[in-house]
Amino acid sequence: MLAFIEGMLGAAIRTGCPIMLCGLGCLFCSKAGIINFAMEGVMTMGAFFAVLGSYLTGSPWIGLLCGIVAGVISNMILGIMAITVKVNQVVVGTGLNSLCLGLSSYLISFCYPDGMPNKVNAFKTISFGPLAKIPVIGVLFEQQALTYIAFLLVPVIFYVINKTSFGMAIRACGEHPHAADSLGINVDKKRYTAVLIAGVLGGMGGAALAIGQMSMFSIGMVAGRGYLSWSAVTIGKFSPIGVMLASLLFGAATGLQVRAKTLGIPIPSQFFSMFPYLLTMIILASVIGRTSGPKAIGKPFIKGER
Amino acid sequence: MQDIVLEMKGVTKRFGSLVANDSVDFDLRKGEVHALLGENGAGKTTLMNCLYGIYRQEEGDIFYKGQKLELNNPKDAIKVGIGMVHQHFMLVPVMTVLENIILGQTDNLKKIDFKTPRKKVQELCDTYGFQLDLDAKIADLSVGAQQKVELVKALYRGADVLILDEPTAVLTPNEVNELFVILKQFIEQGKSIILISHKLWEVKRLSNRCTVLRSGKVVQTVNTDEVEETDMAAMMVGKKVTFSYEKTPVTNTDNILEVDSICAKGLNLASTLKKVSFSIKRGEILGVAGVDGNGQFELGESLMGLTPLTEGKISFDGKDISTMPTRERIENGFAYIPEDRMTQGLVMDFSLSENYVLNKYEHEPYTTHKVVFHSKAVESHGEVLTEEYDVRPRNPKAFAKSLSGGNQQKVILARELSSDPKIIIAMHPTRGLDIGASEFVHHKLLTAKENGSGVLVISADLDEILAIADRVIVINEGKIMGEFVPGEIDLSEIGLMMGGISRNGEEVQE
Repeated sequence: MLAFIEGMLGAAIRTGCPIMLCGLGCLFCSKAGIINFAMEGVMTMGAFFAVLGSYLTGSPWIGLLCGIVAGVISNMILGIMAITVKVNQVVVGTGLNSLCLGLSSYLISFCYPDGMPNKVNAFKTISFGPLAKIPVIGVLFEQQALTYIAFLLVPVIFYVINKTSFGMAIRACGEHPHAADSLGINVDKKRYTAVLIAGVLGGMGGAALAIGQMSMFSIGMVAGRGYLSWSAVTIGKFSPIGVMLASLLFGAATGLQVRAKTLGIPIPSQFFSMFPYLLTMIILASVIGRTSGPKAIGKPFIKGER
Repeated sequence: MQDIVLEMKGVTKRFGSLVANDSVDFDLRKGEVHALLGENGAGKTTLMNCLYGIYRQEEGDIFYKGQKLELNNPKDAIKVGIGMVHQHFMLVPVMTVLENIILGQTDNLKKIDFKTPRKKVQELCDTYGFQLDLDAKIADLSVGAQQKVELVKALYRGADVLILDEPTAVLTPNEVNELFVILKQFIEQGKSIILISHKLWEVKRLSNRCTVLRSGKVVQTVNTDEVEETDMAAMMVGKKVTFSYEKTPVTNTDNILEVDSICAKGLNLASTLKKVSFSIKRGEILGVAGVDGNGQFELGESLMGLTPLTEGKISFDGKDISTMPTRERIENGFAYIPEDRMTQGLVMDFSLSENYVLNKYEHEPYTTHKVVFHSKAVESHGEVLTEEYDVRPRNPKAFAKSLSGGNQQKVILARELSSDPKIIIAMHPTRGLDIGASEFVHHKLLTAKENGSGVLVISADLDEILAIADRVIVINEGKIMGEFVPGEIDLSEIGLMMGGISRNGEEVQE
């Protein structure tokens, strides 16, 4: 039983980490009033370029940097469309996801003319010696660098959003952009900043998946984690700690799905693959109930309009 | 000559082909209240938005204490000491009072320091006698308190010139009085105020000078105490105002609506309906007078079936309809002009045509065979009504939210009155409207009456009720205090009834 719990906890953290990073990015955007529905695509780009960077230089850190840059660039497309062009954010996000998926398969043949390596240098596990030997929770201290960073970012982002004047201005843009504007806050600039931060986090999330959790890239490997990260924001009631817990829950659900497959329960494995999504719906409908995000979320800001 | 604090010269602002402000000259002296008077859509708010840096004028210059201003952003205006309290408050509901006041002052990654601002804000509150809980969420505050937050917000930023956009539109009479006292204090402190308004009495009572705007142009700037209200009204609408109507006598004797000692739960105890009884005849306008919040909202809602009755009976055309659903009431000939046109009256993101058919879209000719929706029929209906009710712009495809308040009200009237209702319940039908639009609404209600509809007009505006009603009841704390015919008794007696003393002179206590 202990081994089972330990295994589940490990899986929750490992698979939850990329979702958490992206979820924190989505959270930042939502606070500024942007629905970041493009996370799936951002994550795909982050994953692809993280692997490419690591492949070309041999260093996962440079891979991470490449992933972040790719994440920022792809999320900026959403930013421009949502903030400057003022179109429907969900539509742009969905379009961007398809675009990035297609782009990644094209880029494979373009960047790897001799075939893609099935293994690149990934982040190594950093173990905290004796701490890692503690039964059950020891697994917490035996993770790769990005996982630690992800967990450290939770309090950092909480602090930035809730305790600083920058965070307060961001929140005002998401709740009542006209009020923010009337006080001289540049709403568009704040929203772009949020999109930028989300791009960084999304790129990191992609890297955490491709060169943290795994050490390769394959088409469609993101497999809905980007969408899950948005669900994590909703289930987490628009708070960083909530996003963390929701991501861990998704991680655990994924872990359970892997476990169930190996246990040989006579249910098709595809059924278990639905598990995280099913969980989202059940939790949303039952435990969490109605969550209300920032008031002006998804609405383009047009100066002077009522 | 007193010092001029602020001067606008030849300011022109266009929106596409529409000229919202046409080379407007305006100046403000130190320590005065300068009113900006005009009908809805005359360009008052646009002009002030230019002054506050929200819009950029195409032509003309703005000078502050002799210096030319380049206003690209509200921040520039705030910096020189201009503060604005918008008609629709610019407060973030989920944040606290203090957070809203300091919002945007700093923008960095340091921990917000609440201590110093708290002290300063508290001092400001003490100076003007504001009782504000600085840690309360805006969403939990009354409208009056929110306005005080807005005022403190402007003062905290060092405003010397305050722009107030229709500050009394959302306030109760008591809050209005309180606001006037506060504004007097501001003036004593040497601040200057620009008051945007279309209410004559308010301009007359508060301002030193008054600039009248009509269709984006300045009509005249006058010293307020040298002109009569009727003259100001004439300047505002461009014609002489007659706020009195020919009333055709009520000849019918049968009641279309009978309300028999109804009770309904209210937002608070004062507005809970307590055994309210009255009746309306065919072709009669019954006015309900009273201070806001004394059960008027609940009365309207329970007549429409939006609030369940806890006791009593409503009969319509002789039938008991106490438990009839709202939709059925509408089908049977009820028309409803709700209190809040933006949240209850219209779907703001629908076109005018669509708004016109909200109460009849599932009937012929808009829907045939119960399922086939005909947008063509809706559109042609929209064109007819837009023309007939003089809705501007003359574009049935425009969104409801893009219209001014007066035109929005016309859209509601068009929808409700075009289906030949037997009874019309009109809640504050001219609230926030200018004189021209108010007259239009009154004429439509009077016409409906002449065509045999029973009309119930609930309004906090006593002049309106006296002008159009055939009979008036007065409501106070959810009870009917008395009934009279306009002209039969004097204003002071009506005032007493509104204040809770019943017609036969005794004070009614719960």
